[in-house]
Amino acid sequence: MRREAPQKFSDYGPLFFPAGMLIVFFVVPFATMIAVSFFRRDPAGFYSPDFVFDNYARFLSLFFGKVLGFSLFLAVMVAICCVVLAVPFTYLLSRAKRKTQVLWLVALLSILSLSEVIIGFAWSTLFSRTAGITNLLVMLGIMNEAVALNPSFGAVLTAMVYQALPYTVLVLYPALVRLDPTLTEAARTLGASPMKSFFTVVVPALRNTIVATLIMVFIFALGSYLLPQILGRPQHWTLSVLITDQAIYQSNMPFAAAMAVFLVLVTLGLVALTVYAGRKGEAA
Amino acid sequence: MNALLQKVYFGLVGLFLSLPIIVVAGVSVNEKQTLAFPPQGFSLGWYGEIFTNSEWRSALFASITLAALSAAVALLIALPLAWFLWRRHAPWANIFQLLGIAPFTLPPVITALGLLTFWATTGFYGQPATAVISHAIFFVTLPLVTLSLGFSSIDRSLVEAAATMGADDRTIFRTVVLPLILPYLISGYAFAFVLSLNEYIVAYMTIGFTMETLPIKIFNALRYGYTPTMASVTILFVAIAATIFGLVARFGDLPKLLGAMSSRD
Repeated sequence: MRREAPQKFSDYGPLFFPAGMLIVFFVVPFATMIAVSFFRRDPAGFYSPDFVFDNYARFLSLFFGKVLGFSLFLAVMVAICCVVLAVPFTYLLSRAKRKTQVLWLVALLSILSLSEVIIGFAWSTLFSRTAGITNLLVMLGIMNEAVALNPSFGAVLTAMVYQALPYTVLVLYPALVRLDPTLTEAARTLGASPMKSFFTVVVPALRNTIVATLIMVFIFALGSYLLPQILGRPQHWTLSVLITDQAIYQSNMPFAAAMAVFLVLVTLGLVALTVYAGRKGEAA
Repeated sequence: MNALLQKVYFGLVGLFLSLPIIVVAGVSVNEKQTLAFPPQGFSLGWYGEIFTNSEWRSALFASITLAALSAAVALLIALPLAWFLWRRHAPWANIFQLLGIAPFTLPPVITALGLLTFWATTGFYGQPATAVISHAIFFVTLPLVTLSLGFSSIDRSLVEAAATMGADDRTIFRTVVLPLILPYLISGYAFAFVLSLNEYIVAYMTIGFTMETLPIKIFNALRYGYTPTMASVTILFVAIAATIFGLVARFGDLPKLLGAMSSRD
């Protein structure tokens, strides 16, 4: 049976429910959010319809600039750490026995699906004074006294790398499995060490994949909203935290919506860049 | 040399990934309500607490109900859409595929805020059903991706044979297509179920003030300090996720589902 163009009206039948659901519960809410970003805040209730740019004008403050700058910096750091750790790991994984691969994939998926709340709680335990990792160092005689390691920037970064690492591996996995094994075999035959063939053959061959992965992990990290709250100080709060804060605790929906629209624009710009990087990769 | 390198690197990554879980598992068996590691004494009482304490039990029940229902709704959206895109040649319909993938690609806080404004404006804010629909939209990407993969792996000549023998679309779907995509249907449901179980921000922004799912309950409890039940719930959730993905791997082809070209068995 060939794929045929729909002829009768009833051929469109299967599309009605999915299309309806996606339009009503995704497109419409999205449009509502954009509309609200131009509304005026109503201290008594949620907001009142209007058309003002005040919410966007607030971006121009120093405070907002700092938060945005920090969010971008944090996401870049997470993306770099994850890719640096994940590329060699995924490469080794893609060359491992099938059984080993499946085992790791199950473990990675289990951690990837863990709630941010749970990851935050687990790391706050690991960084705590009474049950934390410093107790281990005391036991080994490296430290004199157990200390709390959070709230701190390092704690936020570590937990976010933990959260994003399985994602990074799973994004890289298909590309690395498909990588032609004869490439490295050739390099080895010509006398390159495994390390050397990895850095001179595998990494350059995957250049575009790596760039695309960096951007995807960056977007993923940009979405983190709980870890900076649980493990960081207020100066470590990101744009996502601020949006939640404004929407829920300050009841300033229009400002939250304006920030969200801004975040969408940043994300879409990056997705476009990823697609562009991917296209270029295929052409090469 | 290569094998040794692999073992060492796998070991280090494994340690990094398992360390928090090991410590939380240790903390969860403390005898008293203390945050201590290594644990002082041994007790499984905090696991019992999840089911005996009415607050934790109702949060667990709410989470499982929400996950089961929203994953089912996500399948109901994804299945006809994926089937239509496979069966018909209608390039403009790809826009719906894009719409199905968008909520999952954007930072979650955006989808959450969009749905919050939507439910607040329409006046349904806070009702349990809003969370089911919100999660279904948020996670529809997962069954959509697994099903698209499933449909693309169907040998079209099978379907053609059935059509030549006089079977209509409905019969073909029931007798040929459905059995072939069943593994993808199940894994799509499993992915959506596990992720919905763990989801915080969308649930919080839709029903956060009227109900507590487990992630919401853990976060609220974290603010008032520490109880070991958080640790036992965490381990329970890790176990649930590992079991479900383990089953998917056992009965399906996990490397293929995750994008490896073909299986090598």
